[in-house]
Amino acid sequence: MPFGYASPEQIMRDKADYARKGIARGRSVVVLQYVDGILFVAPNPSRALHKISEIYDRIGFAAVGRYNEFEELRLGGIRYADINGYTYDRSDVTGRGLANLYASNLGRIFTESIKSLEVEVVVAEVGETKDGDAIYRLTFDGSVFDEHGFAAMGGQAEAVAGRLKERYRESMSLADALEVALTALTEPGGERPPVAQLEVAVLDRNREHRKFLRLTGARLERLLAQTTQPPSPGASSSSSSSSSSEASGAGGTEPGTSSGPSDDTPPPTGPDGPVDDGSSPL
Amino acid sequence: MASHRDLPAGLVNQLFHNTGSSSFTEFVSSYAPELLPRRDEVLATPIGDQVPHATTIVAATFAGGVIMAGDRRATSGNVISQRDVQKVFRTDDYSCMGIAGTASTGIEFARLFRVELEHYEKLEGRTMSVAGKANRLATMIRGNLAMAMQGLVVVPLFAAYDPDKDEGRIFSYDVAGGPYERDRFDAIGSGSIFARGSLKKLYRDGSSADDMAMTLIQALYDAADDDSATGGPDVTRKIWPIVGVIDADGFRRLTDEQVSGYVDQMLEARLISPDGPIAPLR
Repeated sequence: MPFGYASPEQIMRDKADYARKGIARGRSVVVLQYVDGILFVAPNPSRALHKISEIYDRIGFAAVGRYNEFEELRLGGIRYADINGYTYDRSDVTGRGLANLYASNLGRIFTESIKSLEVEVVVAEVGETKDGDAIYRLTFDGSVFDEHGFAAMGGQAEAVAGRLKERYRESMSLADALEVALTALTEPGGERPPVAQLEVAVLDRNREHRKFLRLTGARLERLLAQTTQPPSPGASSSSSSSSSSEASGAGGTEPGTSSGPSDDTPPPTGPDGPVDDGSSPL
Repeated sequence: MASHRDLPAGLVNQLFHNTGSSSFTEFVSSYAPELLPRRDEVLATPIGDQVPHATTIVAATFAGGVIMAGDRRATSGNVISQRDVQKVFRTDDYSCMGIAGTASTGIEFARLFRVELEHYEKLEGRTMSVAGKANRLATMIRGNLAMAMQGLVVVPLFAAYDPDKDEGRIFSYDVAGGPYERDRFDAIGSGSIFARGSLKKLYRDGSSADDMAMTLIQALYDAADDDSATGGPDVTRKIWPIVGVIDADGFRRLTDEQVSGYVDQMLEARLISPDGPIAPLR
């Protein structure tokens, strides 16, 4: 018999606060479009416990939060995709279907369970052309955000999304996209995570059969060698129209105050989680 | 038992709480058993003669890999039911299977087997061992024994590149399962006795992939020469055998241009010597 009364609003608020704090403790993950598909980048000291994964031929998955919780979502998603692909046809498995499945399960758990899941998930699907690409960001309460071009989640997600928004351009090369992602993941003036602590994968629309490819070892190092430019304000050789805002952004002005594109409300963050020292794979 | 049509409800109990093995087949058999190849229904009369049959598949190893080829004919009794049927299937990046016997059952097996391998790979984060793949296929064949007794016999030939040994491996099966690992080469199907005789004379240890592709084309031609259910290359309709090569770079299917090159070369030689190349006596 519970002692006293708590209003439904209060219960929901408490659950949401709890989940936000849990998520904010981890590091950020970045997902963004590049010319040949979709790039996933996550600082992750673990080599075996992945934050980024393949779900199906054209569908990738990235998550932050509690490992055991998003791992369960990942496995459920693979079962969903494989059974539907086998029942119908491989082309009938869509990112939207998977996002809806996750949303309904996340929403149900958020309302019905004492504790909501402390996870945030991105489901990304690569299309035949860049217009067919889709990035869905799902939060712990089952909300779905149809992101355009890029998404960031995890600890400091707001700041990361702000840096990402400043630098993101359409149809970047893979090396440029990786550069943008790493800059977004690094605090201004901070040090970039070493190669050994990076988890990088792509959904490359030009690959045959299964588009998902994990970039590791020599391949990743070669790619990073193409990207690493000095992060000085003038370094962006891109002649894009947004160069002025880019230069000021790289100089260290506080991003994140600008609102996201259309329906992009900033991902939830908690102010008072412990400092992430990178030792946790979450 | 939840039906696969009401996924979200079923997911609550099953998709997210299945903590058993990483086998797709085992998952489906508890989740939606009607999707699996039939196991124990007994037909009133054998219908084996009334459904299309696939015939000859040949496979051989070469230096650093394995190669598989299949003709394109499907027969129902004495009728040619299809001239361009596919009997060699890529099952993952480093394996393929060919089917002989009841075409429909064989195609279903190939589809299921591909999902089985990918499902394991995604869930476990590692590729299944070659022996593991061969054993999974054996279990599927064993499950079909009751149907085989009714005339719906399907026998696969499985070929894979083994990265630990840097060589190709070939496994064959009987209706009750297997697997039997084959040294150097093997053939299955009604034309296999002729193909195997041909391969025995033409096989050379340490051949290149190019030479071995030619050897397999010769063997398929010899099978078609003596077995009415095996189709030769259809020069007028430009329907060529399917040839799949697997080496350290993965599976690739030779293009029609490549195969027609081999076929043209062979046919030209056969105009002079209809029985094909002559192996040295001593």
